[in-house]
Amino acid sequence: MVDIGDATPVRAWQRRLILILLLAPALLWLFALIVLPHVQLALLSLRERVAPHVYQPSLAQFHTFFAEPLYWQVFVRTALLSIVATALTLLVAFPIAWVITKVARGRASALLFVVCLIPFWVSETVRALGWLILLRESGVLPALLVKLGLTAVPVELLYHDATILTGLVYTSLLFMVVPLVSSLESLDNSLIEAAYDLGASGFATLKNIVIPHAAPGITAGCIVVFMLTLGNYLTPNLLGGKNSQWFTELIYTQFIVRFNWEQGAAFGFLLLGLSTAIVAVGLRLSGQRFVDVMRRS
Amino acid sequence: MIASLPRPAWLRTATVLYVAAFLVFLFLPLVIVGVFAFNDANYPAPPWRGFTLDWFTGSAATGRVGLFHDTELLGSIWTSLIVAVWVTILSVTVGTANAFLMERYRFPGKQVLSVLMLTPLVIPGVILGISILSFSSRVAELADDLFGLDLDFLRPGLPLVVLGQFSYIATIATLMISARLKRFDSTLEEAALNLGASHAAVLGTITLPYLRPALIGSAAISFLMSFENFNTTLMLVGSDAPLTVMMYGRMREGASPVLNAVSLFLMLASAALALTMMRGGPRTEAAKSAAAQ
Repeated sequence: MVDIGDATPVRAWQRRLILILLLAPALLWLFALIVLPHVQLALLSLRERVAPHVYQPSLAQFHTFFAEPLYWQVFVRTALLSIVATALTLLVAFPIAWVITKVARGRASALLFVVCLIPFWVSETVRALGWLILLRESGVLPALLVKLGLTAVPVELLYHDATILTGLVYTSLLFMVVPLVSSLESLDNSLIEAAYDLGASGFATLKNIVIPHAAPGITAGCIVVFMLTLGNYLTPNLLGGKNSQWFTELIYTQFIVRFNWEQGAAFGFLLLGLSTAIVAVGLRLSGQRFVDVMRRS
Repeated sequence: MIASLPRPAWLRTATVLYVAAFLVFLFLPLVIVGVFAFNDANYPAPPWRGFTLDWFTGSAATGRVGLFHDTELLGSIWTSLIVAVWVTILSVTVGTANAFLMERYRFPGKQVLSVLMLTPLVIPGVILGISILSFSSRVAELADDLFGLDLDFLRPGLPLVVLGQFSYIATIATLMISARLKRFDSTLEEAALNLGASHAAVLGTITLPYLRPALIGSAAISFLMSFENFNTTLMLVGSDAPLTVMMYGRMREGASPVLNAVSLFLMLASAALALTMMRGGPRTEAAKSAAAQ
């Protein structure tokens, strides 16, 4: 019979050529759209305009951030609210992930999971519009409260921190439910049964068996939700109005409204730094690798 | 407690109530948006004043401009579609190349590259936007100073919007296509090569058909994510606003129910896409990446 070896062997130079052709788009993408733009942003943030078209290296932009209370207060506020939103998302999502993986069975479980995912195929703009119609003073819920006799006049439910948090939790749920479901799915039911047979309380089982097992999913979900919340613009802006004071709004104002790119770039790096720092702390606390977490989520 | 263990009645009731409340929380905003597209009033607010199709078809009697006659809004849908088509083509092409690169080749610096490919997912969309904005304007400046070239496409506008969205959607396409290529049984390719097929023939008749579900899936997700993107787009947009930016602008001015009408169409389109993709078992991989930003 014929030669069993490779019928048309790829020569070394051909393989090299293909490698270069495959590397080109990847390098072009990552350098032209990710690496170099961030280098440019860093350079922008580290200079100061001393006269029209004359710039000199300086830390003035970062100095302004710390000197102006409004700026760093908004920064701290955004960070704290994002942490609260992440914790709330975990609290709301965990029972649902538990029902999907451990209580509901077969088709009911699959159906519930799909139903949980569907709202997130709809644009965030549409979901924000829904909340606006529900919560604003002339909206559905204030009218309902008056009808039920709970309030005398329609109350404004928009523009509170609680409104912003509700909107952020709503937007983030999916990113918590999915990693939780995949980590709870791999938890063997017989471990929970064993704990029950040995007389463990529900709380003890949760603390000693379920949470340690689900830790990777919890970390992945929290990291992704925190990052998305911190970088969100639409939801805090529309649901919080003038009271939202979200850090991304400061970046937008500096860049697009005031055209002060140096200051905006510095704000951008502060946000990026915060996001990276929290992710790093989360990874260290749970002892996981970045690549694994991103793959998981 | 799990299904195989005895659960007290109160716990069962609590579970049912919680799931019900959760579903109401999830769907109430969407249902409200849909319902008020048909309310015969000039603002999307209660009370209910009767059913009307004015917000779709328009009405000469009331002077209402319906969705089908709102050229500004229709134009922004068209803009979004064009941007999404470009982003999809770019992301799936580059994603496929990346998948082959990362799964089939060894080269120095591969580890660094694989981490670098994931970074766009951890950079907030707003920052992706401003960094691309400042870099492209720097390049335009340089081209003007050094060569006297006027590179108009580097100014805020649709080409930059496409590039900005592509910069992170490419990562998602890469992950989806790589995941499928990783599971490919390469003995199939070897068998075809042994039987005398050329490399191009093997790629066209075996490898790419195998990748088809991932290619279609990543195309659908790329399209959806591009269509719905807001953060990055807001920073890079010029005079032609895509739909999300247009809707945002109108919502800030005080929405008219035309926005509900267009939202209803978006929901129906998303639902159709979701159901098509989820047929044959929930494809979580695709679904979960759908809602980003």
